[in-house]
Amino acid sequence: MFDFLVQRAAISVGTLFVISMVVFTGVRMIPGDPARVLAGTDADAAGIDAIREKYGLKDPIPLQYLRWVGLALRGDLGHSIRTRESVIDTVATKLPITIELAFLSLLIAVGIAIPAGVLAAVRRNTVWDMLASGASLGGVSIPNFWLGIMLILFFSVQLGWLPASGFVPIWESPLDNLRRMVMPAFVLGTALAAVLMRQTRNSMIEVMSADYIRTAYSKGLTTRAVVFRHAIRNSLIPVVTILGLQMGALISGAVVTEQIFVVPGFGRLIVESVFTRDYPLVQGVVLITASSYVLINLLVDVSYSLLNPRIRIGGTPRES
Amino acid sequence: MSPSTTAPTALLARAPSTEPSRVARAWRQARHRPASVVGAVIVLLFVATAIGAPWIAGVDPMQTDWKLIRKAPTFAHPFGTDDLGRDTFARVVWGTRISMQAGVFSILLAIAVGVPLGLVAGFYRGTLDQAIMRLTDAWLAFPFLILAIGLVTIMGPSLTNATVAIGLGATPTYIRLTRGLVLAIAAEDYVHGARALGAGDVRLMTRHVLPNIVSSLLVQATISIPIAIIAEAILSFLGLGVQPPAPSWGTMLNTAQQFLETAPWMAWWPGLAIFSLTLSFNLAGDGLRDLLDPRDY
Repeated sequence: MFDFLVQRAAISVGTLFVISMVVFTGVRMIPGDPARVLAGTDADAAGIDAIREKYGLKDPIPLQYLRWVGLALRGDLGHSIRTRESVIDTVATKLPITIELAFLSLLIAVGIAIPAGVLAAVRRNTVWDMLASGASLGGVSIPNFWLGIMLILFFSVQLGWLPASGFVPIWESPLDNLRRMVMPAFVLGTALAAVLMRQTRNSMIEVMSADYIRTAYSKGLTTRAVVFRHAIRNSLIPVVTILGLQMGALISGAVVTEQIFVVPGFGRLIVESVFTRDYPLVQGVVLITASSYVLINLLVDVSYSLLNPRIRIGGTPRES
Repeated sequence: MSPSTTAPTALLARAPSTEPSRVARAWRQARHRPASVVGAVIVLLFVATAIGAPWIAGVDPMQTDWKLIRKAPTFAHPFGTDDLGRDTFARVVWGTRISMQAGVFSILLAIAVGVPLGLVAGFYRGTLDQAIMRLTDAWLAFPFLILAIGLVTIMGPSLTNATVAIGLGATPTYIRLTRGLVLAIAAEDYVHGARALGAGDVRLMTRHVLPNIVSSLLVQATISIPIAIIAEAILSFLGLGVQPPAPSWGTMLNTAQQFLETAPWMAWWPGLAIFSLTLSFNLAGDGLRDLLDPRDY
């Protein structure tokens, strides 16, 4: 077990190393000159040259990379060109907003998907099953940004119940915060709910045909007791790991959702930094996204192998 | 033991008799899964629309008309007109071509890059496999859309670049899928048999391994294409894909968002088009999956 953990962690470190190189070279391939952006529009050649000197942009690329990694390891990702704020501080103010959004959408997704998935599995091949499967298919197919626009059209423009955009911090007014977050969270949760529902149904069907469920029935337990006390708990194990794997989709979804509902979170920060050619910010934000994704995957792999000792390094627990 | 591990002669003898039963099974499936058939028919209709756009649209999708700005649907303009007086129906029809192009070509690119890499990794194992898989891990660490946004930023916004970016974003999935399948198939007796008969690596890979993974790749493609279509729409919606005035469903929705109060129809049709196309693809894909891969899902 210990060997497995060490090996798996080493692979993640290697992956992170490759990622940092990809991000660094990728950002340098974006057309445009960072020194010119830094210097502003009215700078002359000498001014731009001075900036190149100051930020070490004249050094060889490998040296620049090593310096950047060295600072990044100490938690310094540089400063935004546009706002002059440190990248870490910028991320620290934006990330909680996206985490709240992700948390709410997760609540919505789990709240819809698990009861629906269990119902579909227990009442397999009935109208309930067909309804749930149909809804799941619709949830996977609907483009989330269009769903967002349609919700705004209905609830904000037609009915005037909810504000179409904007953000209020939760500590200022929890109610206003929720009124603005409920539509984006629903949009973000739909696709996740669809995937989770399908997974819950499949895993529940598998568990319901297991021997110990038959034993539970033959002890004379009611269906309710069998489902709630024996089946659900065991069928949720694969569902939990699927949740971890959906984090990438959640980040991608947040980019689009925050754009539509004008939520000033991490997803919108990614798009803004790309559009304004804010190189240090792009570099930092993408590195943080990719690293957290690797970390989550590591945790998923480890939890998977803890839950199921048959899976070891030779297996492919991340099959997608 | 699975049937595929029987001796090669037995396979040969059985080959002709499987053909009619496969057709029969397809027919049976089709009758049992009317939704998949409807999905497949709608996908084909979209393909026909993409090919026949100039004849179906009737009017020029880029023809502006200042007298017809944001007019609600009428008989002459069944989907209404947009902020520049252009016919929304014509733009949705032409947009089909762009979406189909982006969806199909990006996945073809992902297959063209991913399958050979996965094939080589799974077939040779060892150091090469390790190198390819670490690269894939790093590749997969970037969420699909973030990677596509990054690549388009480097290459510049256009339909071709968006297609390439989406294709490269989808590639690691194909590397992983192919490698996993190859690992399983390369261990089969008939591959060992062919090797013993003197078949070289290239022949083994192209004649014995590849044909056995085609159906799984096809199933994966029906899952990936709708995702790629939505991705193109998102990139265009963000202003990173097809550039105006070209009629892309994503750019149309971007414009429509500014006129939700005065011209809601501008937002209905492009979104409905994406939704029905991706839904049909998924329905058809479900049927295809049952047909090609008879495990119970």
